[in-house]
Amino acid sequence: MNENKLKELKLKANEIRHLIIEALDGANHNTGSGHTGGPLGMADVFTTLYFHHLQHNPENPDDPDRDRLILSNGHICAVLYASLALSGYFPTSELKTFRGFETRLQGHPHRGILPGIENTSGPLGEGLSQAIGIALARDLDKKDYIVYCLTSDGEHQEGNIWEAAMFAGNKKLNNLIQIIDFNNIQIDGPVDETMPLEPFKAKYESFNWHAIEIDGNDINAISDAITQAKNLKNKPVIIIAKTLPGKGVSYMEGSYKWHGMPPGLKDVEGAPPKDEQVKVALKEIEEEKSRIMNKEL
Amino acid sequence: MLNPNLNLNTKLFDTDVEKKPTRAGFGTGLVALGKEDPNVVALSADLTESTQVHLFAEKFPERFFQVGVAEQNMAAIAAGLGVTGKTAFISSYATFSPGKNWETIRTTIVYNKSNVKIAGHHSGIMTGPDGATHQATEDIATTRCWPDIEIYVPCDAIEAEKATIASGKTKNPVYLRYSRDKTPLITTSKTPFTPGRMQEFWQGNNPQVTIFAMGYMVYYALVAASELEKEGVNVQVINASTIKPIDIEGILNFTRQTGAVVTVEDHQITGGLGSAIAETLARTTPLPISFIGLQDTFAETGTPAQLLKKYKMDVPAIKNAVREVVRRKN
Repeated sequence: MNENKLKELKLKANEIRHLIIEALDGANHNTGSGHTGGPLGMADVFTTLYFHHLQHNPENPDDPDRDRLILSNGHICAVLYASLALSGYFPTSELKTFRGFETRLQGHPHRGILPGIENTSGPLGEGLSQAIGIALARDLDKKDYIVYCLTSDGEHQEGNIWEAAMFAGNKKLNNLIQIIDFNNIQIDGPVDETMPLEPFKAKYESFNWHAIEIDGNDINAISDAITQAKNLKNKPVIIIAKTLPGKGVSYMEGSYKWHGMPPGLKDVEGAPPKDEQVKVALKEIEEEKSRIMNKEL
Repeated sequence: MLNPNLNLNTKLFDTDVEKKPTRAGFGTGLVALGKEDPNVVALSADLTESTQVHLFAEKFPERFFQVGVAEQNMAAIAAGLGVTGKTAFISSYATFSPGKNWETIRTTIVYNKSNVKIAGHHSGIMTGPDGATHQATEDIATTRCWPDIEIYVPCDAIEAEKATIASGKTKNPVYLRYSRDKTPLITTSKTPFTPGRMQEFWQGNNPQVTIFAMGYMVYYALVAASELEKEGVNVQVINASTIKPIDIEGILNFTRQTGAVVTVEDHQITGGLGSAIAETLARTTPLPISFIGLQDTFAETGTPAQLLKKYKMDVPAIKNAVREVVRRKN
């Protein structure tokens, strides 16, 4: 990827982070709820998909040849909503209705009420199976679009997802790319303390998947991994994206406490007072944008 | 007498009445649908032959997917197929699907508005020798509460074929309930089947009671009606082959004549056909109702006949319920 493109994507990622914080600020005002850590950590992956790799058309969301993006861990939908809005599927001003009454931006995404949403999700472990179903339909229809499935590490404690992994590996499904948000947090604490998944890469490899491990906040690495995955035609591919939860907001980074909480809801140790949290988060994100803008190429 | 307008099986009460399991109608119906519509696909979780989906698999191998013993995966894969232009049938025993994978179906098929048909086999205590683990007796209760789903329970193999084909004509998710054992053919190829419509299979002269029956239990209700007629008690028997959407107009019309109801189902009396009828009547015209079905208990291993007798779901039990409800009416 050339430097100009990289700079453009890094700026986009921080625009998405900005929109995530605004959406969660809305959610906090609407119903005092929301998930923050995961969405911020996945902003670089979503940016690389929606603004570089994904073949999609916001003007025609139902284009039968579009790539499909299936979000399995629906609770990180703030990053999906922000990416869709920034892509032009709906106005960014609608993000503030997130988790409110009679909104199209439901607490967990619901297919059919908001353009660009491919699947209803929230209950964990179900997205990979749905992505497989779409890939099977695609193959029957002799089309060649790519099905991306975004999952999380925590949801790999569900049995269903391993049923899906077994199926896809055995059937050697290609053009199916899973990107897992491997951020080591879940509601009750770190994943490796709650119910460890290691050796994770080896598990997938033994299920006949090709596994690529990357820094999930490095846009170059994400893009290269997706390119590599697209070129592999004999098996499904999992990109294990090691992400930093809360990425971009210093007081959230790496903490599981922000998994299921919006900024501004309550005072948290190590964070600014609750009334300052949104302001500080937006300030840090804007500062990062300035740094990227001013960086000499 | 059997309703002469519906072309029912005139040999129904013969001792050598032809019998077939309703699952056979699923198998042939699915093949018929597959011939007609190239977008029909089917999935099995290691129960291909016993749920009769092997007929489809042999005919259309490229449109059949074996998922192994993984009912959640089967449901969610079907959900993906169903949102991508396919009409996907998933086939298993009802205790596993929609039992084990209930939430998967709720989220990825029903709420997700995916074009998937859930074929639940081995329903009821008629599953017999396999025991209560395999006798689905709560499946109507656990699917009937979902918005936007349709539920068909065919009374015999012929109606099962029609119901299977009909399910492929709607984009809504549909739950189809089939059974394992051979049961008498009640209808013929000329008997009409319309989703959402209940039909009066037995007409009595000034009937005193309306019997609503579901699935193969319609046969026992008809036998009870015919014996009761000889004993001077006239009833009508309604084949309740669609449980959802429930035929409100039909229920009100039929019961207007009789003012008393017996419901007959091979299912827990909680949440099944009887509950659906009671909910409908309670809104406008509450009537005395007697409920035949499993009375809040699990059954056990045995032959269907032994189990129906022990759990008070056989012909004598239906007749007693009719007499009991008549007494309550007066």
